[in-house]
Amino acid sequence: MNIPTQIMALLPEYILTAVGVLIMLIEAVLKPGTSRKSLGWLAIVGTVATGFISWYQLRLGVLTAFSGSIQVDAFSIFFHLLIGAVVVATLLGSLDYFEGVASHAGEYYALVLFGAVGMMLMACSVELLMVFIGLEISSISTYIMAGFRKSQASASESSIKYFLLGSFATAFFLYGIALTFGATGSTNIAAIAVGLSTTTTPLMAFLALAMMIIGLGFKVSAAPFHVWTPDVYQGAPAPVVGLMSTAPKAAAFAVLLRITFSGFPSMQHRWSMLMWAMAALSMTVGNLGALKQTDVKRMLAYSSIAHAGYLLVAFTAFPQAGVAAACFYIAAYAAMNVGAFAVVTQVGGYNETLRTVDDYQGLAMRRPILSALLAFFLLSLIGIPFTGGFFGKFYVFTSALQSGHVWLAVIGLLNSGVACFYYLRLLGCVFAKPEHSEAHLDETVCWTSARAISIPAGIGLVLTAAATLMLGILPGHVLHLANFAGERLDADRSRSIAAESQPIAQASPTVSDSK
Amino acid sequence: MVPTAYYLILAAMLFSIGIGAFLIKRNVITIFISIELMLNAVNLTFVAFAHMWHQVNGQIFVFFVMVVAAAEAAVGLAIIISIFRTRRTLNVDEINLMKS
Repeated sequence: MNIPTQIMALLPEYILTAVGVLIMLIEAVLKPGTSRKSLGWLAIVGTVATGFISWYQLRLGVLTAFSGSIQVDAFSIFFHLLIGAVVVATLLGSLDYFEGVASHAGEYYALVLFGAVGMMLMACSVELLMVFIGLEISSISTYIMAGFRKSQASASESSIKYFLLGSFATAFFLYGIALTFGATGSTNIAAIAVGLSTTTTPLMAFLALAMMIIGLGFKVSAAPFHVWTPDVYQGAPAPVVGLMSTAPKAAAFAVLLRITFSGFPSMQHRWSMLMWAMAALSMTVGNLGALKQTDVKRMLAYSSIAHAGYLLVAFTAFPQAGVAAACFYIAAYAAMNVGAFAVVTQVGGYNETLRTVDDYQGLAMRRPILSALLAFFLLSLIGIPFTGGFFGKFYVFTSALQSGHVWLAVIGLLNSGVACFYYLRLLGCVFAKPEHSEAHLDETVCWTSARAISIPAGIGLVLTAAATLMLGILPGHVLHLANFAGERLDADRSRSIAAESQPIAQASPTVSDSK
Repeated sequence: MVPTAYYLILAAMLFSIGIGAFLIKRNVITIFISIELMLNAVNLTFVAFAHMWHQVNGQIFVFFVMVVAAAEAAVGLAIIISIFRTRRTLNVDEINLMKS
């Protein structure tokens, strides 16, 4: 095949955009009240096709396009595949969720695809302008999705909070880019590393990096920038929370890894201290905050803050091992968190009749398979062996220990112990005998047993459970890919450092071959 | 000629005013406008640095920021309308259905 590099490099994004626009057009001509399921299937087919193309791109080596602003390499392909998988699992889970109750579900499928395009752009761009545009495409789509049940007051409240704090964070990120441009004279990540060696204002460069870390810290909901997370996750529809607690975070972490490790390698001793503090704070705030929550979605929101903290631990490690551990952790976290929220979607339904931990009491008697899956995902979130969560934590903490951050690993392990309490409290409730008064019980039994799990949602649940299990017993394949991604970023980093020592030489553009 | 530093200081002040207003103000629309103020402070920084480095990169960035800010405003105002429909208020202190 002889496709120009410019097209080949961004083919996954082009396909998703085209499918998204197509869905919007069909949605406009469909009669209100007719089924939107076919549009959902169209979105799934488009995403799966994208995944195959990303897989194919892996064999083409490093592709650069659009004057070096896009770089498709093993690192970005890892995130493309991950985002694609999360989107497919989410779409499978939401096919029946919006059926019948939301008259405009087609827009939701289109928004998911547009959001995925933005996240994929974030992962593969090495120019901060493109990163910014990708970040905004994904953020604006998720702002709308958070408030998709627009007749409910809590949904629009969740949406406005997400929007205001998200835009606030974007302003910080942008100011960081502006200061980087001022300090180094460039917004290209490789050129920033070169410019850093000759900069006359290293303090401004560090301030710029700190601003960008603040902006991205909001997006990944790391403490102390986490305040929006519980409210937004509580009010947003459950499948959307499953998506937005994993895919945009993965993309933001990809950007953070690229900016810190290959953009500012000479400042690693400084920013790794920031990451140390953020990691320790996020783990502690997330886990302690989750202890006193009664709403299940709110509890999982705090748990996602804690998991962002575990992930940030990897940033304090040596570059290659750290990046590989972070990539693996993101994959494991995505599998188990999407799964957990898929269960919450099935239990609660569109109107979320069951939402507190007490409502889940005796769930195992009524919906045994769903409870078993929930138990599996929660055990993985704790980090029990034979689940993806265990190996994720294992690699992250090992990489931190290797680089001598013993205390951070100790804080992380203590936090994992604290986390057991609230996950097991929910599990205990699920497997306890129902204690409700008869009337209430009958009502809920009627309500929940009426809805069996639909086939697509079941497929989605099985896929996420299989992914979590596979990452726990056969982590080899994903670990191999993660290592490959880590090597790729490390090569970029070494090249930046080499270019730094001879500042006259331009950062050589990578080989692009489309043959 | 006005030194670049003056523009940067002005931009930093505008950005700080934006942060202050975001944290203090209670009306959703005012908060939204304070974000716009922060974005425009960033634009001013970009233009000043573009002038300093004699590069157009910074100015191109400003165009993109403007376009994205417009898109964000469209979505933001739509969300504000939706919240006004359900709650009949724009005061952020009263938008507190979910408590910690």
